[in-house]
Amino acid sequence: MIGYLWAAMICISILVAGLTGKIAVITPSIFSAAEQAVTLVIGLISVMTFWLGIMKLVEHSGLIEIIKVILRPVVRLLFPSIPRHHPAMNAILMNMSANLLGMGNAATPFGIKAMEEMQELNLHRERASDEMCTFLALNTSSLSLLPTTVIGLRAAAGSLNPTEIVGTTLLASACSCLAALAADRLLRRWGKF
Amino acid sequence: MIAHLVDLVSQWVIPILIGTVILLALRRKTNIFDLFVEGAKEGVGMALRLIPFLVGILVAIGLFRDSGALELLIGGLSPLLAKLNLPPEIIPLAVMRPISGSGALAITAEIIQRDGPDSYLGRLASTMQGSTDTTLFVLTVYFGSVMIKKSRHALFAGLIGDFCGIIASALICGAVFR
Repeated sequence: MIGYLWAAMICISILVAGLTGKIAVITPSIFSAAEQAVTLVIGLISVMTFWLGIMKLVEHSGLIEIIKVILRPVVRLLFPSIPRHHPAMNAILMNMSANLLGMGNAATPFGIKAMEEMQELNLHRERASDEMCTFLALNTSSLSLLPTTVIGLRAAAGSLNPTEIVGTTLLASACSCLAALAADRLLRRWGKF
Repeated sequence: MIAHLVDLVSQWVIPILIGTVILLALRRKTNIFDLFVEGAKEGVGMALRLIPFLVGILVAIGLFRDSGALELLIGGLSPLLAKLNLPPEIIPLAVMRPISGSGALAITAEIIQRDGPDSYLGRLASTMQGSTDTTLFVLTVYFGSVMIKKSRHALFAGLIGDFCGIIASALICGAVFR
């Protein structure tokens, strides 16, 4: 799926640039984007290293048990086939907590860790499992209690009330999250993918 | 007052979390530094493994934007989205949101600068920006990290979520701020 989307994006871009006389844009655009990707990963190394270290401590400190108790009903509902004491469970819980608290740069490391652990449970190595799709739906519409980046942006622009969008964002984010999860369930049952 | 409180919370949440974790871990285990390093070790390889996937997807997104194809897409979708009562100024953001996180943030920042954070458009853009995450990025990074080739229905589910988030933002802001 993503392969076709990728091919379409590149071919359409070249075609559009060619037809509008902007073909000279293509080559520099490719290499500046590639460089951006590597810079992004360099930034991710530091973040992932630190947060995965902290995650190990969270697991051994017993804090994970507290988080488990709070989020258990949700996780049971969304990921019924992941065993309770499997490492995937801990990573999923950490990812959800980080998302809820608006800790964007911590959510990604925990999310990738969760994917790796779910891959251990996956029977077909190259095909996403049901749990992986659900987890992805959850993260693409990340439910956040505190949209910290946007609040910061508004405060910097001199808003009289930077946080007045917290309520509307939470509501809209809940709609998007529920829609993604419902779509995930329905499309899975439909079974055409 | 509330703004100050939220600001305070967002400044304190990470330090408090880290402090609590370390104190709790200290009570149980003596070698907490070794434990930290053991966990942290995995991070380096995990991040490096993402390079090919991110280069691939960011090149496609960059080309799509720089070639003018994105503008055409926005132009094509505008009449459809306008039927759903989205203000025309917000449509580029609605189309960009699932594709590129930094691109969407730049549009949001621009709207906030131009119309003011407390205008209707500024509030709507803020809500839309915060309501979902970048589907294409999350999909590539998460599935790429474990070499998943068949993503099944995940892309569609994510895009349906984005679409509903955008429509919900417009409806909710319309009801609350207008």
